[in-house]
Amino acid sequence: MVTTAPTALEAELLALAGSVPDPELPVLTLADLGVVRGVRVLAPGRVDVELTPTYTGCPAIEAMTSDIEQVLHDRGIPEVSVRTVLSPAWSTDDISAEGRRKLAEFGIAPPRSHPADGPIPLSLSIRCPHCGSTDTELLSRFSSTACKALRRCAACREPFDHFKEL
Amino acid sequence: MTATPTPAAAPTPTPAPTSAAASAQAAAPARALPANVAALALGDDALVLSHRLGEWAGHAPVLEEEVALANIALDLLGQARVLLSLAGDEDELAYLREERAFRNLQLVEQPNGDFAHTIARQLYFSTYQTLLYGQLASGESELAPLAAKAVKEVTYHQDHAEQWTLRLGDGTAESHERMRRGLDALWRFTGEMFQPVDGIDVDFEALRESWTASVTAVIERATLSVPDGPQSGAWTAGAGRQGLHTEPFGRMLAEMQHLHRSHPGASW
Repeated sequence: MVTTAPTALEAELLALAGSVPDPELPVLTLADLGVVRGVRVLAPGRVDVELTPTYTGCPAIEAMTSDIEQVLHDRGIPEVSVRTVLSPAWSTDDISAEGRRKLAEFGIAPPRSHPADGPIPLSLSIRCPHCGSTDTELLSRFSSTACKALRRCAACREPFDHFKEL
Repeated sequence: MTATPTPAAAPTPTPAPTSAAASAQAAAPARALPANVAALALGDDALVLSHRLGEWAGHAPVLEEEVALANIALDLLGQARVLLSLAGDEDELAYLREERAFRNLQLVEQPNGDFAHTIARQLYFSTYQTLLYGQLASGESELAPLAAKAVKEVTYHQDHAEQWTLRLGDGTAESHERMRRGLDALWRFTGEMFQPVDGIDVDFEALRESWTASVTAVIERATLSVPDGPQSGAWTAGAGRQGLHTEPFGRMLAEMQHLHRSHPGASW
């Protein structure tokens, strides 16, 4: 973890790393997703980035890593090491308000906020991102990726993904 | 891949636990620190079950379940990678160890059987994993960060298994019977989950009580009965953690390791 206050350069590089689009949900940036934990300049031209996975087995982490390396190389940092950190565990509460808005706009029902630890019962109403109805039903707990569930709207009959609370 | 106890035929007398543990020490990789023993045991559980669930790809009864089982497998594979990396080189450990060096529970290596059989295995294991990781997450060990992350994932696996147990048990006469058969057939592998593991500072007897209460509640709601046989047998359960596995495991490993062994260093 970053222990001292970030320098101006570190803040700039953090913003740059955070601007990388998510490889699976390109409407979101890594900053929207809340997965870039910190950027530290260890020496001139040498930078350490802390990245946390959404799910432990998330296959996008490798693409994220190389994309971050690329933008920082392009900014003139020759040595970039991206480290994966697990603790504290990522939560869907780390997705920014802007990120939630973009998800809904993209047709994915955003995760609800956690009242406490543990998953939220999936039976609670989730709003259809297409027509706004809360009359939706679960089709499958796992959808196109581990982080999403598949639902269907009873009002407009469209199926949609829901970003599961984690 | 030689001389394993055979589950279906020719029951081989199991060595007493102490001598099983002693012979396993000889077969284990060089690192035997308690933390590595723990990471290896849990990492092997996750890796082996991940592989078994991956075998459903292209065979699941409906598309949604194919995707669900693959996603659960992916979660487990991610956990296995972190855990095995704590114990050594993940690829070497996954692809180059012999059967006797694996420390997974015999439960997770059992073949998929029909869908109900797979769900029974999921119910037993995901309940155990959720309870165990929940406790590890609040501890101070090297496993705590992974456990804190993984417990959130496996809670969904447990929910998935519970919903299917209810649906199959309280479904048609055919689904009820199949769910019953799955629960019964795997029951004898459940005792092993509560054997203490070096490096895991958890009260396993209390874990057994919580597990039994949780599984019993689901099974009864599913209009089924908790199997009444022993949770371990003279020649079955209680040996995976010592490196003694059932016959199907050798064949599974042969398939899992074949590519890496035939083409060392192969990558995508």
